[in-house]
Amino acid sequence: MSAVTPELSLRPAGRLRRRRVVNRMMEGFGTAAALLAVGVLVLVVVSVALRAAPAISWHFLTTPPALFGAPGGISSAIIGSGLIVGMATGMALPVGVLGAVYLTEFSNPRVAAVIQLCLDILNGMPTIVTGIFVYGLLVIGHVQSAFAGAFALAIVMLPLVARASQEVLLLVPQSLREASLALGVSRWRTTVGVVLPTTLGGILTGTVIAVARAAGETAPLLFTCSIFNPAVSTDVTHALPNIPVLIFTYSEQPDKALHEQAWAAALVLMAFVLVASLAARALLARSRRKLGQ
Amino acid sequence: MLHGLTLAGALAGVAALVAIVYKVFHLAHPAFSRFGLHFVVARTWDPVHKHFGALAFVYGTAISSLIALVIATPLAIAIALYLSELAPRGARGIIGSLVETLAAIPSVVLGLWGILVLGPFLAHHLEPWLHDKLGFIPIFGVPEATGTGLFTAGLILTIMIVPIIASISRELFLAVPSELEEGALALGTTRWEMVRGVILPATRSGIAAAVILGLGRALGEAIAVTQVIGGGTKIAKNIFGPSDTLASKIAASYQGAASGLEASSLLYLAALLLVIGLLANLTAQVIVRRFDPLRESR
Repeated sequence: MSAVTPELSLRPAGRLRRRRVVNRMMEGFGTAAALLAVGVLVLVVVSVALRAAPAISWHFLTTPPALFGAPGGISSAIIGSGLIVGMATGMALPVGVLGAVYLTEFSNPRVAAVIQLCLDILNGMPTIVTGIFVYGLLVIGHVQSAFAGAFALAIVMLPLVARASQEVLLLVPQSLREASLALGVSRWRTTVGVVLPTTLGGILTGTVIAVARAAGETAPLLFTCSIFNPAVSTDVTHALPNIPVLIFTYSEQPDKALHEQAWAAALVLMAFVLVASLAARALLARSRRKLGQ
Repeated sequence: MLHGLTLAGALAGVAALVAIVYKVFHLAHPAFSRFGLHFVVARTWDPVHKHFGALAFVYGTAISSLIALVIATPLAIAIALYLSELAPRGARGIIGSLVETLAAIPSVVLGLWGILVLGPFLAHHLEPWLHDKLGFIPIFGVPEATGTGLFTAGLILTIMIVPIIASISRELFLAVPSELEEGALALGTTRWEMVRGVILPATRSGIAAAVILGLGRALGEAIAVTQVIGGGTKIAKNIFGPSDTLASKIAASYQGAASGLEASSLLYLAALLLVIGLLANLTAQVIVRRFDPLRESR
């Protein structure tokens, strides 16, 4: 008699083997996709940093762009961007927070749903269309101005601020509101004195995220604040130089020296945006913990 | 008093939306009364003879967004699955925030990178190779030396929408009840079979909404696309050639149009973009609100 060969093998074979191979492949694809995304991020950040390195200096940050000849800097664009984004925040923040308070504290669900839908759609609106709108509203018949640019950016920021504020307002425990109302405090004093203070951290986070987004937006500014004198100015009734439009116009030129300036400006912008979003992330984690989520 | 103030704040968003729609349509009116709806399907954009039509830009918008969606959707879903099911606990938060950080890169910076780094790379390496191997399909034509074109625009858009689709999908996957997942695994399915049989069917409509939101972003992106697409007013089969989208055509002519009719035709393009963007967003929001079973149960 021949030796009995074992009929049962512990190694998967046939169908099971195939299923496991497919599983492995899919897991590998998932991991590879995640690594690819992180890789692209690193690649963009590193190549911006490397190409910006030769041009970036104290001089670059503190002199205005040169019209001809010697390489200038971006000081006037930094000031302009600061003013434009600051004004936009000044417009979007109060309106967004008030709107969020209405949606969470006062409105009935039907009305809230409609308003919410409008805010979500506004959030997805192509920003160039927002720019065209403000162009038609404030620029035609007048001149481009930093104010018009800020108004366009405020429209971009509004749904972001409103949504972020709403999310933290919803995290405030109902018992807190009821306790205040039970003490005989009126509805609006409850809102102002009890509800809003607990949400300050979250609203701040939302604002920082919106500011980071607005600082990098170019499309709303193209038709509202793009044709400017590069000198340092704080006159918001005229178009002010700003970083995104500067990068955009430089990148469209064939001149290598301008490309170098564009890279350096891009590094400044990206550093600001990334630091702001990381800070917002840290703040968010903190305020979530505080509200016991 | 406060009630009224907050109501005004809430209505500001509604008012902005209505005003945008009204104003942009109003601006487009001269071109609309001249060309009518035929504008949408007219192929010529000829400032010299004052014939204007949007078809070339509608085509450019559709193709660049399609390229982005085809590449981004599977990648983003894979990333979301990795982040929600596969990644080790410690790595989850870090990789998740890195992927979201990708969405925070300003589009003008991404466009700069696209025109000066990605474009030349594609022109010298990937595109010639694709043209060699797949050149018999007309869309893989002769590459442009500068690397600007529809394909580059599609890739840049891919980078922009992957984080959007991935982060929404991840939230959806995390919301699938773990009893369902564990039940499937206990029946002896592999992890992939569990994903295909439990997670994906449960989140299908949500994923569709995420993809449409990504599409909305891709359709409307003006700056980065303008930087890398090269510019052109013809319908080109070759995806490696220069072209223009609705948004990029508008953005590229920010320094002014030659004639009043050209300017108002550009505004007509903006109105078209507005309609397309509204439709995409509205569809996504309706799906999110109505058909997402997970949202109901929460």
